[in-house]
Amino acid sequence: MKAYLALEDGLVFEGEGFGAVGETAGEVVFNTSLIGYQEILTDPSYKGQLVTMTYPHIGNYGINQADEESAKPHVSGFIIKELSPIVSNWRSEKTLDVYLKEHRIVGIQGIDTRKLVKHLRDAGAKKGIISTQAGDPKKLVQKAKDSEDIVGVDMVKRVTCAKPYEFKESIPAEFDWPIGNRLKICNEKSQGKRLSVVCIDGGIKFNILRKLNQHGFQVKVVPASTSAQDILAAKPDGIFLSNGPGDPEAVPYLIETVRQLIGQKPIFGICLGHQILGLALGAKSFKLKFGHRGGNHPVMDLKTKRIEITSQNHGFAIDEKTLPEGEVEATHINLNDKTLEGLKHKKHPVFSVQYHPENSPGPHDSDYLFYRFRAMVEKGTWS
Amino acid sequence: MPKRTDLKKILIVGSGPIIIGQACEFDYSGTQACKSLREEGYEVVLVNSNPATIMTDPNMADRIYIEPITVEVLEKIIERERPDACLPTMGGQTGLNVAVEAFEKGVFDKYNVELIGAKYEAIKKAENRKLFKEAMQKIGMDLPRSGFAYSVEEALALADEIGYPVIVRPSYTLGGSGSGVCYHREELEKTSRLGLDYSLAHEVLIEESILGWKEFELEVMRDAKNNFVVICSIENLDPMGVHTGDSITVAPQQTLTDKEYQRMRDAARACITEIGVETGGSNVQFAVNPENGRMVIIEMNPRVSRSSALASKATGFPIAKFAAKLAVGMTLDEIPNDITKYTPASFEPSIDYCVVKIPRFAFEKFEGVNDHLTSQMKSVGETMAIGRTFKEALQKGLRGLEIKRTGFGADGQDRFGGEQIATREAYLVWREGIQKDAAGHELIRSEIATPSPRRLFYLKYAMMAGLSLDEIYQLSKVDPWFLVQMQQIVQMENELIQAGIDLHQVSSDLLRRAKQYGFSDQQIAFLIHSSEAKVRARRLELGIRPVYKLVDTCAGEFKAYTPYFYSTYDEEDEAMPSDRKKVMILGGGPNRIGQGIEFDYCCVQASFALKELGYETIMVNSNPETVSTDYDTSDKLYFEPLTKEDVLNIFECEKAIGVIVQLGGQTPLNLSEALEASGVPIVGTTVDAIDAAEDRERFKALLDKINLKQPRSEIAFSIEESFEKVKAVGYPVLIRPSYVLGGRAMEIVYDDSQFHKYIGHAIEASGENPVLIDKFLEEAIEIDVDLIGDGETFVVGGILEHIEEAGIHSGDAAMALPPFSLSQKMIQALTDTTKRIARELNIVGLMNVQYAIKNNEIYCLEVNPRASRTVPFVSKAIGIPMAKLAAEVMLGHKLKELGFSKEIVPPYCVIKESVFPFVKFPGVDIILSPEMKSTGEVMGIARDFGTAYYKSQQASYSQIPLSGKVFMSVKDNDKSKSIGIAKRLVELGYSLVATAGTAKYLKEKGIESEVVKKIVDGRPNVTDKIRNKEIKLIINTPTGKGPKLDEAKIRSLAVSFGISCVTTLNAAKATIQGIEACREKGFSVQTIQEYHAEIQAQTGAKAHAG
Repeated sequence: MKAYLALEDGLVFEGEGFGAVGETAGEVVFNTSLIGYQEILTDPSYKGQLVTMTYPHIGNYGINQADEESAKPHVSGFIIKELSPIVSNWRSEKTLDVYLKEHRIVGIQGIDTRKLVKHLRDAGAKKGIISTQAGDPKKLVQKAKDSEDIVGVDMVKRVTCAKPYEFKESIPAEFDWPIGNRLKICNEKSQGKRLSVVCIDGGIKFNILRKLNQHGFQVKVVPASTSAQDILAAKPDGIFLSNGPGDPEAVPYLIETVRQLIGQKPIFGICLGHQILGLALGAKSFKLKFGHRGGNHPVMDLKTKRIEITSQNHGFAIDEKTLPEGEVEATHINLNDKTLEGLKHKKHPVFSVQYHPENSPGPHDSDYLFYRFRAMVEKGTWS
Repeated sequence: MPKRTDLKKILIVGSGPIIIGQACEFDYSGTQACKSLREEGYEVVLVNSNPATIMTDPNMADRIYIEPITVEVLEKIIERERPDACLPTMGGQTGLNVAVEAFEKGVFDKYNVELIGAKYEAIKKAENRKLFKEAMQKIGMDLPRSGFAYSVEEALALADEIGYPVIVRPSYTLGGSGSGVCYHREELEKTSRLGLDYSLAHEVLIEESILGWKEFELEVMRDAKNNFVVICSIENLDPMGVHTGDSITVAPQQTLTDKEYQRMRDAARACITEIGVETGGSNVQFAVNPENGRMVIIEMNPRVSRSSALASKATGFPIAKFAAKLAVGMTLDEIPNDITKYTPASFEPSIDYCVVKIPRFAFEKFEGVNDHLTSQMKSVGETMAIGRTFKEALQKGLRGLEIKRTGFGADGQDRFGGEQIATREAYLVWREGIQKDAAGHELIRSEIATPSPRRLFYLKYAMMAGLSLDEIYQLSKVDPWFLVQMQQIVQMENELIQAGIDLHQVSSDLLRRAKQYGFSDQQIAFLIHSSEAKVRARRLELGIRPVYKLVDTCAGEFKAYTPYFYSTYDEEDEAMPSDRKKVMILGGGPNRIGQGIEFDYCCVQASFALKELGYETIMVNSNPETVSTDYDTSDKLYFEPLTKEDVLNIFECEKAIGVIVQLGGQTPLNLSEALEASGVPIVGTTVDAIDAAEDRERFKALLDKINLKQPRSEIAFSIEESFEKVKAVGYPVLIRPSYVLGGRAMEIVYDDSQFHKYIGHAIEASGENPVLIDKFLEEAIEIDVDLIGDGETFVVGGILEHIEEAGIHSGDAAMALPPFSLSQKMIQALTDTTKRIARELNIVGLMNVQYAIKNNEIYCLEVNPRASRTVPFVSKAIGIPMAKLAAEVMLGHKLKELGFSKEIVPPYCVIKESVFPFVKFPGVDIILSPEMKSTGEVMGIARDFGTAYYKSQQASYSQIPLSGKVFMSVKDNDKSKSIGIAKRLVELGYSLVATAGTAKYLKEKGIESEVVKKIVDGRPNVTDKIRNKEIKLIINTPTGKGPKLDEAKIRSLAVSFGISCVTTLNAAKATIQGIEACREKGFSVQTIQEYHAEIQAQTGAKAHAG
């Protein structure tokens, strides 16, 4: 089945469709992770995006329930070099192709993904359209132009939960290192006592919730529109600001909520949560040329000078220069482009990182942030 | 942390000669380390016995010792140089072992030298299996069940507990020497005995078999701040049971999910941290049970390795270069990524292509060797291929392997049960027939169940025969993902066959898809009954040509500045050819016996030279171990197979003004005619001159013209004809096939019975070409001469006299420079003669001539109008970079202007000794013959012949004992000549051991010896004395050869037990000279730069900086 990928600036690729049949538009981005396609597909932060995998062989190990990052895939479309004809893994439950069909996600394979990536790198992220319907590529380009722009759009409301829920799942012991050990240590440390955390869901990944659970929290997830009042009414020990899709400035209500929460409770934010926190503290955000998406970005902890290899997925960032002086300090930077990767409030127990310490997919180097959050919540203050 | 300033001078230990398990990858890593440390301002002292390396070029390190890598030498160097630190992690197992030994002997303490890169304790913990196991258990790592044994009995008891099959792994060995899988007690007895002996610690691990599990490797780095990165993950296509060096391996890993992979990453991090490698690179190997995901750790190497070289080439991340910087205290974030310039080295490379490494074997060289692959490494080289998909990379890899394959079968070279399937018709018939051929299916089942170099092709035959994928998997345990990729290739093949036999009817789409699947034009031609040229023409007509993509460490995320390319059939081309004057240098492909690091040395020299002259240099090669495939070496690197198709594609893209074929060995030379015919400008000696040297008739005419003798020679196509010709020439004769490498199937035949025994092999190896029958000049002196010419001036670089008499392949012979027994007149005659040949062939570049001298008469045996194996050796010996000059003259420069127009005779003696892989092939006869068997070489350099020879033996792991018992057994012809040797040995204080016959003969001549039983005479016999290491030296000149002979068993056993075994009387004489020179006063060491200064002092010659 022939398929096209057309970008708003006129670049067109002809390939072969897989997954669902149809037409789908979105912002075309790329991810350089070699593996982890299932986690990427189900990460709500990819809402509204057509995701390109730079590694050519995709689908090799299939799909399994345990690796889901949310209830369903959120990408608008999937772009790869070559779909594996079979799956080979003892945990696999179905093929990627079947999975995408089930969730009506359109995919395209067999195109020069490297050419696409280099184009996005040089020209910046572009709107695009994948179509498996025969038609004039020129028209597709026009459709891509006409499609929704991600800037200024509240994507969060499209992925946040409808109503609050409790989350009880943890990291499967077999994938913890040393196997099952970390959980044991955590449980011993907290002597079984669970602290409560409210997670404001901007499009949260399950692994954040699993991690919080593993680190001894009782986890409650609330919709992004929940007011500060309602959140505080639940008397949580700590508050977590989740990752999520799109432009942070397009979610003013969430920024406002966070502004009200700062100083009330210990707060930890990841990705969109970091941007929202930054905005709430008075900093500015901007759109990166083509974003950070992958599992190999070096981030330096400015205090310890240690480097973490991080999992990343963001198209917007907080401008370090706009952090309110004296009040907020930069804690982490990205060594590739020196952009801000983490901040903390000097007075209040509030911190956030732009990258994904919950990994999934990606390295486990940044797990210490969950320990830090746990310790902070236990004390209720920084010191 | 910035680099350490308390260190000024650092000693780097090289890896010595190329052996199985330790090849050019350590020249690559060592060269990188030298460059990297000097870049940071450190003074670098280097020791390496291997002259064929780039790292031992005088300008690679401040002070270079081409000396044996032993503790004794290390101490001499340290005493002389007083370095602050020693970096032992760049020289493979050799480097680590010698450092451990030196540490334990207190050498480093005595001179206050710090071990950097890996501390003694870390090395011990990683290398000692018991300590390793304890360390891993401590951090909660799962391991195969196992126990240590210190005797055969203990091994047997352990195996009873664990259950067969078990794996035997000796502690502290090279490339897994002595390890193996044992299915029953008898096997275990044999293997554990051998293993105990190989182990420096006399210790073997008996381990639960995890045969058939998935095997993975992670290449990791860690710095002093505990920053940790994984450079590359590798998945083995061959499951557990085959040594990773012998496995087809794929990067990145293909079949683990993120959860499973990250767990492995965590485990690797925990491992390197626990072992305590604080600064540098390591590799960690894991096995995963495909049924349930159970992951166990197999081993870790606290140093750079073959896999780290592969990982560097696969990702563009130079592990050794950065490991050296980490060793001096720098951290990963302080080192910029060379390729992206603006991002730091503290990241994990992402790649957007697939890499396949395929090992290259040389079983045909060793009579009686079983070619099954086990946990003991046997391959002699490897090739790597990059493609956008596994399918493309696999097929490219196979055609880069230099085994006459042009892809994954369907190339006229398929062999089923030994039967060649040479034509499309035969292929179609076979395809049909195999479906219902029960016996064929049985053969397939057994071939895919047992790993061997053939298995990959039998996996394909299994698919073609209709075996189910599940059955193929159950038998081979090759992961289904790989199998399905192969099946896709088979399906593409079917499509091509169905497309018919009219090239113009084959759709453009199908052709393009076939190319994307990695099919070569030759394969396509085979499948549609056309020719390579026609397929190529049609393809170009349709606009189907490869594009070149960058290896950039970051999957395109950042702009890359280092031009390292691979071809693929995709849309966008990134080659961006410049409009500079460009020269393409064709490398040598995978290492094999007969073509190795020497040629890589020449190619790299050429690239350096031409860069200096302002040319853009373009390297083409497919060997991941080499310096030539370091993206730092040339202006542009194309990591591609060396076939006509692939080279032409690059040429058409780059339009170089010249292509150099004479430096990469036989591989590029064989392409020269086809390339020239396609309009490629070959620089240097013309293709016509190459032909004049290779074509028998033309060569004869050439020698006649300059009045040079040649041993009488004839050709024949059949056994009958050969027999007639042999009778005409008269015994002894040298029988050899034409157009083969390294003296393949070459034999000296003394009588009819030998003739009938060997002629079959020669006819078979020749194929359609004739067998050559030459008069063999018995007891002649053999000479190698290397010359450089610019078409006007011709200069002999070196005259090398073989130490052994004629009849031993020049690649295997020990040689001395300058000659030790020739008169001045003879040397002059050889010089003049060689120049006459060169003038006649109008040599522009290098030439090697082999002569035999008998009764003061010169016979020309062979002329090779290309760089020879001895070029690096000669260059180091005389202090003149011959290959560099060769590249310069090929581009039109003149020797006179380059300052080399006169022969140099060094005022010291240099010996080249060969190193053999016999220890990996127990039971194989070690006798030297016209068929080359060595894998590497060493250089011994000293004031006098004896010392140089002694050093060369020490360097080649054949230590001459300075006292003890010598077992003598010589053939009847040699008996009288052996008397002088025996007498001298006794005078020198050795005691002799001999079998009854020899002892009696010695007694008659007044020499006492201890009588020992022959093997056939019962026990205790000579083999017991060898096993007990009572005998320190064996002098045995063979009466015959072959693994079944008693004497061969003795020789093979000697190798297994590390006892020096001399097999020619000339070598025995040299050995005595060595003993005489070193017995009393030992020897001293000196840098190669100091030696070269002596030449300059002597000749006043212009200094050549490498």
